[in-house]
Parts: sequence; structure tokens; C-alpha cells
Amino acid sequence: MSRSLRLLPVVLLALVIAALVWRLAHPEDTTIRSRLAGKPVPEFALPPAVPGKLGLASADLAKGGPRLLNVFASWCVPCIAEARVLDQIKGKGVAIDAIAIRDRPEDVAAFLAAHGDPFDRIGSDDNSRVQLALGSAGVPESFVVDGRGFIRYQHVGPIEPADVPTILAQLEEAK
Amino acid sequence: MIAEAGLAALWLAAALSLLQLALTIGHLRGWFEAARAVSSIAIVQGALALIAMAMLILVFVRTDLSVALVAANSHSAKPFIYKLAGAWGNHEGSMLLWVTVLALAGAVLAAASKRLGQRTLVAALGAQGGLALGFYAFLLLASNPFARLDPAPLEGRGLNPLLQDPGLAFHPPTLYLGYVGLSVAFSLAVGALLTGDVDRALGRAMRPWVLGAWVLLTLGITAGSYWAYYELGWGGWWFWDPVENASLMPWLAATALLHSVTVLASRGALRAWTMMLAMIAFSMSMVGTFLVRSGILTSVHSFAVDPTRGTFLLALLGLYVGAAFAVFALRTAKLNEGPPFELVSREAALVVNNLLLTVILGIVFFGTLYPLFVEAATGDKLSVGPPYFNTVAGPIALVLAALVAVGPLLGWRREKRPVLKRLTVPALLAATALVVSLFAAPQIGWQPRLGLVVAAWLAFASLIPLSGRNPWRTPLATWGMALAHFGVAVAIAGMATDSAFTQEKLAAARPGETLGVGPWLVRLHGISPAVGPNWTAIEAELRATRGDRVRVLRPQTRFFTDPPTETNEAAIDTMLRGQLYTVLGKPDGQGRWQLRLWWKPFVTLIWLGGVLIALGGLLALIGRAWRSWRKERPSRAGRSWQRERYA
Repeated sequence: MSRSLRLLPVVLLALVIAALVWRLAHPEDTTIRSRLAGKPVPEFALPPAVPGKLGLASADLAKGGPRLLNVFASWCVPCIAEARVLDQIKGKGVAIDAIAIRDRPEDVAAFLAAHGDPFDRIGSDDNSRVQLALGSAGVPESFVVDGRGFIRYQHVGPIEPADVPTILAQLEEAK
Repeated sequence: MIAEAGLAALWLAAALSLLQLALTIGHLRGWFEAARAVSSIAIVQGALALIAMAMLILVFVRTDLSVALVAANSHSAKPFIYKLAGAWGNHEGSMLLWVTVLALAGAVLAAASKRLGQRTLVAALGAQGGLALGFYAFLLLASNPFARLDPAPLEGRGLNPLLQDPGLAFHPPTLYLGYVGLSVAFSLAVGALLTGDVDRALGRAMRPWVLGAWVLLTLGITAGSYWAYYELGWGGWWFWDPVENASLMPWLAATALLHSVTVLASRGALRAWTMMLAMIAFSMSMVGTFLVRSGILTSVHSFAVDPTRGTFLLALLGLYVGAAFAVFALRTAKLNEGPPFELVSREAALVVNNLLLTVILGIVFFGTLYPLFVEAATGDKLSVGPPYFNTVAGPIALVLAALVAVGPLLGWRREKRPVLKRLTVPALLAATALVVSLFAAPQIGWQPRLGLVVAAWLAFASLIPLSGRNPWRTPLATWGMALAHFGVAVAIAGMATDSAFTQEKLAAARPGETLGVGPWLVRLHGISPAVGPNWTAIEAELRATRGDRVRVLRPQTRFFTDPPTETNEAAIDTMLRGQLYTVLGKPDGQGRWQLRLWWKPFVTLIWLGGVLIALGGLLALIGRAWRSWRKERPSRAGRSWQRERYA
């Protein structure tokens, strides 16, 4: 067996490892081109998720300005990590609404007390029906909705600090 | 305390694996004599790893929520069997299971290998210790399964309901046993290349490991395929998903290795190639583990991917495979290639088998990683799916299956008998299958048709090696080979009939309406709620009739609360002639329900074939073990029927 042939496996391995290292350094982005992007928010009207706060209907999302719609749940651990980032986004003057999935009022209230409440309205989606209609498969997910009630952008998974510029840019674009 | 005991056992095992590696280096360098010490350490290390695994299972069984892993993956209301399975149904637990199997394999190698040269055995145990050390370090530094959670939560966070299934509870451990069983072949190859003793004895020491790992991989893949088929509710049995490919690649390499190691064990030929394959087979196991565990190839909702873990595993992968390939590059020049053989001989047939399997492996490997390469080079995103794999790998697999009929009829070194004459009957059967399929089903594609022809050809040809022999004197290994090859024909027949004759119906129906699929009339009798231990469901009652036979199927949509998830439970009715496969979809809000119905003739042959292949491997394994046990008892040796015949 010639020398170069014997070294071939090592070379191939190096190539594969290089590609895998590249992937680790550039993780696949978790944004999904929403199939609903560019379409209006499906019709819904949800009751309040906590006493003392308003519920959420699709009409509330078409009131002139872009809004962020956050799909979350008190039992969802990544949502805890996300809460901090949402507060930060709220601080930039962004209006945020939420839908709590399969949740209990007292749990949502405890969650908001512990991790902050950046939400204007919170609708309670007891059976995930609205969540599924939105094309959301898990929690947390977030949608940028423009002033006419059209979905502009969908973010799957928790919004991490690194995602904030993208979200803000999408909100800006939706104006 | 249980968790701490497990952690202590893990640390001790890690320390011993380091000692095992260090003593091996000293022994091979000639600084001191440590052969017995290395063997004993390997055995103790295996026992310690087993203790750690047992402790983890114990905290899961007791639902000790102060252990972070239990809190994240279990729930007090979960059925017992899934509490048990929860121990390995997560990242940390599965990695502990992985290293436990690795350490136990090392222990068995140390305890049971008598026929191997001592230096090679020590070198192989050193390599095995080195492998284990890396994975212990990974567990202890980056994925501690015993980490505590303070304060302990009141309730655990459940387990993915898709995984609450008996098939999946035992599918991963089976695959892992197979994956990691290949580590011994890897270590033996590295050890033998280091000492230069690549010979028939090495082939014989390696063969049972390869055979055993291959049997488990075959079973694991077959079970996984069936699980995906009935649990995902998509009606397909193989999706060329990266995770599936991750298990297929080691299997392809192991299948090639299984055949080449036979050449090495029987004839002493194909030395360098067999060593390379042994390294590739376990490397593919590690690649598979990396792809699945780092999550880099799964697309959506892979929240839990921790870059440190991915980097750590990749570093281990690069280190081990790189070191092995380097040893190969430096040491193979010294190997001679063993006795020569002619073009028409069993060796040559096995070389062709190996080449084709390696090409298929290359195709799958390339297809799995191609999107990654393209994105790294150009930034474009694309995905490689079934059209590529089926078009490129399918025909080669069929050619390979057709040649499987020929190899076993050839003798070692050279074949003088007219082999083609023995294949007359299979050729006639294949021609009949072709003609019948052309007349009876002119509409089917060329690949399923070729599949039917090859299946007919191989089903008979695979049994020829048994003909004309006294069945009681035929070695078990020969029975095993024939059975495994027959299983290939059965599986191909199932795949071909499934893709040629499956009928599908997707429609919305009101209760009382009837739909037709294949020869069946399916009536939606009613929709009702159902309740299980930790789920609620909507259940459809379907009455399928064909002539005067009535069958009732109850597909469900299940809702799990913790975590909230919705799954489709397909209802499948298995008959001799095929399966009726039904899935309940969503209501349309106007009183109609979506139904997906499939009639799949003879689809079960796919998995039956898989099981036959594994059974064949098991027979061969038992046969070989029996023989070597007989041989080690000199009082019984020397009988006439005990002649050495390498089948």
C-alpha cells in the first residue's frame, strides 16, 4: 500500500473534523421561516391568564403599532431564562403580549412575580388550540406582529441576548 | 447518598482507566512487567462502571428529585418501566450507559481472551482503557449525571411522551451495546498494529465481538425502524434522518468487517484492510454518538445543546480516530498481506462484498454530512433526503444482495467447480418473478420490481450452501450464514412490496361514513374520549371490512400533560397478508375528522427479515463459541466429526 493511500484516512478525518468544528462554532440558527409570515394572525379571543390582567384577542394585535407576541408557560424552564431578555426588550419601548399555554392562573401569577412581567395582555390557551393555529410547536416561541395584525417573523426557542438585535430589527421593519 | 456513591465509583473507575493506560505503555516499552495487573484493573474498572450505572438506575427508580437529572427527566406518576428507562433516556444517563458498556467490554476482553498473544491483549486493553478514560472525563467534567439540585423540586418534569414506549425503552441500550461492542474490535486493531501481530489468531479473537455487536446493531436498527413506523404515524419505515443514518453507518461498517474478519480468521488474508475496517466501524459509532448527542444535525427545538459538550465529544472523536488512523498509517507498511487468492474464490467475493458495502457507507456518510460541507463552504442551506439515498444507494444495495447468492458457493483460495450451474434454480425463480411482476403489476417502478426479482433469486440461493449436507454435521455458523442471507431476501421482498403496492387514503369523514383503501372498506363508527395513566385521548373507532371479515381499529390522538405534548397513536392491524395502518388526525370543526389510512401488503417482512438476519448472526456466534469451547477441552477433541472446517 502506497504511503499516500495510507495517509488518506487521516486527511479525510481532518476534513470531516474541520466541518464539524465549523458547525459547532456556527450553530444552526433556530429561526424558522414561519409559514404564517406575511399572513394575518389567526382569529382568536383568549380569556385572561391571570386575574387583574386583560386577556388577548387577535384584534388586540392589529392596533397600529408592531408588537411582540410571546408564547410561554409557567412550567417551561427555558421561559425563565427568557424572561430576563424580554424585560430588556420591554425596556427598549417594545409592546409585548403573551399567550400562556396549558397553565393555571396561580402558577402564571407566581411566574410573573418571580421573573418579571413585561406583558401588556396575557391570554390563556388551555388546550394549545391557538398555539397550534399560530404554527408554534413548543414553548417558548415569539412572533413579531405588525400594526395590521400580520405575522412578520417567528422565533423558535428562548430569545437569547444574542437574538435581541434581530428581534429589534424585525420590529423596526414591521413599523 | 446513592448519588454520591455512584459519583465516587465513577471517579475511581476513571482513575483506574488512567492507570490501565499508563501500565500498558510501561509494559509495551519494556520498563516493567504488568500484563496481569492490566487485566485485573480492566476487570475492576468494569465492575466500578457497572456500580455507577446501577446507582443511577436506583435514583431513577426511587424518583430522587434532589438529583438534577431525575428532576429534569422523571415524574413520580410515571409507570415503573419508564422510570427505569428514564435512567438512560437522556443525555447524561445515556453517556454513562455508553461508558459502562465500554468498560464491561474491556473487562470481558481481559477475562475471556485466552487465544490472543499476551502483548497484543495488553495493548488492546490499554487502548480500551484510553477510550474509557476520555468518556469518563466527559461525564465527570461536562455531563455529571449525579449532580444535585438544591432545593429539590416537588415534582419532576416528566419524560418526552414519544419516548414512553416499550420499544424505545430498550432500543437505545440495544444499539449502544452494538455501538460499543465495536470498541473492542477497534482496540484489538490498534493493539495488534502496535505489536505487529496481525494474524489469524487476532481475527479469531476479534470475530465474536464483531458478530455480537453486529447482531445487536441489527436488532437495534430493526426495532428503531419499527418504532418510527408505528409511533410517528407517518406510515414510513425509514426516513434517512441523520439520527437513523448515525445508526446505519456503524452497521454498514460492521457488516463489511464481519465478512473481512472471517477472511482474516480463516485464511490470514486482508490484514491491513480488516484493521482499517475495525477502526472505521467504531469510529462510525463515535461519529453517530457525536451527531446525536451534540445535536448539531437535528434541526428544530434542540434547546438543550451545550456547546461545551459538543466540543468535548468532538475533541475525543478527533483524538481517538486520529490516533488510530495515524497508527494505521505508520504501521501497515510492515504487514504482509497474507496468502494470495484467485479472482474466482471466496476471498475475492468477500472483497467485492466489502467494496460495495464501503461504497454504500461512503454514500450515506457523504449524504449525511453534505449539507454541513455546503453550508460551511458557501453558506447555502440545503437538505439531502430520500431521493438521493434511494437513487444512489438503492441500486448498489440490490447488486450487493444479488451477489450475496454467489459468495457462499465459492471455495477458499480458488474455485474450480462450475458454480453457475448450482444457481440454475434461483435464476429460474428470478426470471419467473420478473415475468409475473411485468404481467400482474405493470405499473410499478423499476426499483421495486428489481427488488422482487433479487428477493426471489436470493431467497432460494441463500439456502444452497445447506443442500447436500448432513444437517446434523453442518456447522451452526453455516446455518447462521444461510439464515442471515435468507433474511436479507425477506427484508428486500418486504421493502419492494411496500413501495410497490402500498395504498394510501387521506380524507375527512363524519361518523358513519365509509372510506375505501386497498381491498378494505373502513367505516368511522364513532369518536370518543379515552384516558390512560398520564394522558387523555380522543379515540376513533374504525370498523374495517373485507368480504365478511370485520376488524376494529382504535387510533388515538393523545394529550400528555407533563410536559404538554400531543402524539398520534396509530392503530395497526397486522395480518398475514399485510398491515392496515390507521391514524386519526384533527377535526375540521364541522363534525368531520381527518383520517389517514394505509393498506401495506407484506410490509412486516421488512422487520421479519431484520430479525432473521440477527438470528442468523446469533446462530453463528453460538456455533463459534461452542466450537472453541470444545476445542479447549482436549479430552473431547480429535473425533472425526470435529474436523476443522471453516464454513
